[in-house]
Amino acid sequence: MKILSVCGMGIGTSVLLKMNAEKVLETMGIEAEVLAADITKAKREGVGADIILTTPELVALLEGMPGKIISIDHVFDLAEIRQKLTAALL
Amino acid sequence: MSSIVGQALGEGSISLQQTCSSWRECFEVVGAGLVKSKRTTSHYTLEMIQAFEELGPYMVIAPGIALAHARPSDAVLETGLSLVTLTEPVEFGSQSNDPVSLVIGLAAKDHDSHIDLLAALSDLLADDQKVKLLLNATNEVQARSYLS
Repeated sequence: MKILSVCGMGIGTSVLLKMNAEKVLETMGIEAEVLAADITKAKREGVGADIILTTPELVALLEGMPGKIISIDHVFDLAEIRQKLTAALL
Repeated sequence: MSSIVGQALGEGSISLQQTCSSWRECFEVVGAGLVKSKRTTSHYTLEMIQAFEELGPYMVIAPGIALAHARPSDAVLETGLSLVTLTEPVEFGSQSNDPVSLVIGLAAKDHDSHIDLLAALSDLLADDQKVKLLLNATNEVQARSYLS
């Protein structure tokens, strides 16, 4: 599975999302490649992603991309990430 | 593990118990910390403000916590952090995480060299107890003890 974590600059939020998603995926026993990207790169290279992780304010900018978009309110909340990833994978 | 965070916060990068009336003022203070600690030029502050204006309050990444940053650029001299705590929380316009009491400034030289730093910062900020202590700290020695 390919997961894209997206933020505006590609160096802060998306990297934190990637790290925390990887932690969660490991506990869930799911193998996935998580890539962090800024919006421009995400639109250019992210077409093959199954899931797109981002924050609420950026969802509108990513609409129309093929992957399922998951919006995370609290980037450090592993329980929220786990719950939303689980829901998306069902 | 978090001592990497302490090292990223150079001399002059920490401003405690500040009073700011807007997100812009917060960005100016957190930007000044990066300039004072010689991690960025003052242009980086403008770049962070532009980024926020352009993309909105997504930088408020957790309840009460904003991660102010812009793209890696010539304005970044060295990867580093700055930190501001606020006496009165400030509305940043975030849907779920307003108001903000802690602003972290992040300057990254490139897309990769700060990954370990962010991992350590993430561990720290995920610890509500530590964040609470940090928010109540009134002097830098105290604040730094929670960051290591």
